[in-house]
Amino acid sequence: MVRFENVGLRYGMGPEVLRDISFELRPGSFHFLTGPSGAGKSSLLRLIYLALRPSRGLINIFGQDVITLPRPAIQDLRLRIGVVFQDFRLVEHLSAFDNVALPLRVAGVSPSRIRSNVSELLNWVGLTNQIDFLPATLSGGQQQRVAIARAVISRPQLLLADEPTGNVDNKIAMRLIYLFDELNKMGTTVIIATHNKDLVSRFSHPVIRLEDGEASVVDQSERVYA
Amino acid sequence: MFRHPFDLPLDEDSSSRLLPWIIALMVYLAALALAVAMVVDAVVGGWDQGLSGTMTVQIMPDISTSEPAEKRWAKNAKALDRTLALLRGTPGVISAESLSVEETFSLLAPWLGEGSQVDDLEIPRLVDVRVDPETGPDITTVKQRLMGIPGVLVDDHGLWLESLVKLARSVEVIALAIVFCISLAAMATVVFTTRSGITVHHGTIEVLHLIGAQDVYIARQFQFHAMVQGLRGGVVGLVLAAVTLAILGALAGGIDLPLFPALVLSPWQWGALVAMPVASSVIIMMTARITVLRSLAKMP
Repeated sequence: MVRFENVGLRYGMGPEVLRDISFELRPGSFHFLTGPSGAGKSSLLRLIYLALRPSRGLINIFGQDVITLPRPAIQDLRLRIGVVFQDFRLVEHLSAFDNVALPLRVAGVSPSRIRSNVSELLNWVGLTNQIDFLPATLSGGQQQRVAIARAVISRPQLLLADEPTGNVDNKIAMRLIYLFDELNKMGTTVIIATHNKDLVSRFSHPVIRLEDGEASVVDQSERVYA
Repeated sequence: MFRHPFDLPLDEDSSSRLLPWIIALMVYLAALALAVAMVVDAVVGGWDQGLSGTMTVQIMPDISTSEPAEKRWAKNAKALDRTLALLRGTPGVISAESLSVEETFSLLAPWLGEGSQVDDLEIPRLVDVRVDPETGPDITTVKQRLMGIPGVLVDDHGLWLESLVKLARSVEVIALAIVFCISLAAMATVVFTTRSGITVHHGTIEVLHLIGAQDVYIARQFQFHAMVQGLRGGVVGLVLAAVTLAILGALAGGIDLPLFPALVLSPWQWGALVAMPVASSVIIMMTARITVLRSLAKMP
C-alpha cells in the first residue's frame, strides 16, 4: 500500500528533516505516527499525500512509483487518499455540506448521490443542524468533524490524519479514533499522526516513531520490527 | 446546499468585477474599428465596380494659336465628331457619349460658382466611354486608335483611383491592426486578472489539488467565469458601438458627396459586429484556460 525506501527530505538548501526513512504499510493496516514536535510527522504525511517530493529515495503508493508519475496520474492517486489536515483547511466560503461534498464533486459523482451521501455522513458525525453553516460559524470541534467527513466521504483506500485530536477533549478524541477504527475495519488503511501518547497506548495498533528525522516502526509492546 | 455552483468564489474578486467594463470598452473600440474597416472595404469595392469599364476622353481646345475662338471651337467640334466615330467603331465599346458644353459647365459649377459669366472660357469637350469590362479595349488600344486626333487625352481613372484605393486600403489595414491590438490588450488583461485570481484563491486551489482535482477541473471554473464576464462586457460594448454607429450614420447621411462613404452597414456587416462579443468571450475563455493550466503546472 505505502512503501518508503531510503527516503530523505530537505527544504531548499537546509538540512535533511527526514533521513533514510524506510517502511512498508500493508493494505488494511492501522498505524499511529508519533514523535516530538518538529520531528517531521507532518512532512512525512505530506510525502504520503504527495504534497511534497522527496529529495532522495523511493516512494511507492498503491503499487506506483510516485516520483516518476505524471501530474494527472498523481491527481488520480490523490482521489484514493483522504486527508484530515491539522488546520482542517476547510474552504471558508463553502458551507459544511459543500466542503464535505468537494471530493465527490471533484470525482464527478452525480448531484443526487452527493446529496444523499453527504447528508448521511453529516448526520453520522452529528452535524445535521449545521449543514448550511459556514466554517467560520462552527466551533473548533465541529470544524474538525467537517474535515473528517470530507476526508472519508469518498471512502478512500488510504486515510491520513494529522493531529486529528489536537483540538478536542479526551472523550471526543477517543470517539474520533473509534471512528477511524471503524473505517479501518471496512478496509481503509489508516495513519494517524499524534503526540498524544496516552491515546496511542489505549490501542494496540503499531506505531511509526519519528525522532531526529529517522523512523522506526514499533508495535505496542515496543518490539522493533522494521 | 450547493449554494455555489463552483468551488472558487471568483465573482467576489475585485479585479474580476472590473473585467466586464474593461472588456466592454475594448469591444466598443474594436467594433468601431471593425466597422470602419468594413465600410472602407465596401466603399473601395464600390469605386472599383463603378469605375471599371469606364473611360473619359477629353478633347482639349488648342489655345496656343492666335486663331479666332469660333475657328478653334469648330476644330474642337470636328475632333469630337471624329473621336465619337472612332470610338463607336471600336469592338468592345458599349457606348461613347459626348457631354454638352452646358453639362461640362455644370460639372465645373462647384469650383466656378453657379451662373458664372464664363461663356468665353474654352473648356475641353468630354466623352463618356463605356467599354465591356471583359472584352473591351484597354486604355492603350483606345489611345492608339485616337492617336491622329489633335488634343485628345484618354483617362481610365486608374491613376487617381489607385492612389485613393491605396489610401483606403491603408485605413482598412490600420483599422484591422487596431482590432488586433485591442484583442492582444484584452488577452493581457485576462492573463493579469486570472493570475490575480489564482493568487487570491491559492489556498482553495491547493485544497482542491490535495483532494484530487485535476488541473482542468480548476481551469474550467476560471474559464467559465471569464467567458461569462467577457460576454457581459462584450454585449455592453456592442450596444454602445451600435448606438455610436447609428448616430454617425445619421450624421453622414446628410452629406451629399459622390465619393464620401455612406456609413450604413449591410446585414452581414452587422452580423460580423454581433459576432464580436461571442468571439471575444471565446478568446477570453481560452486565454483564461491556458493561463490557469500554465500556472497550475508549476504547483506541486
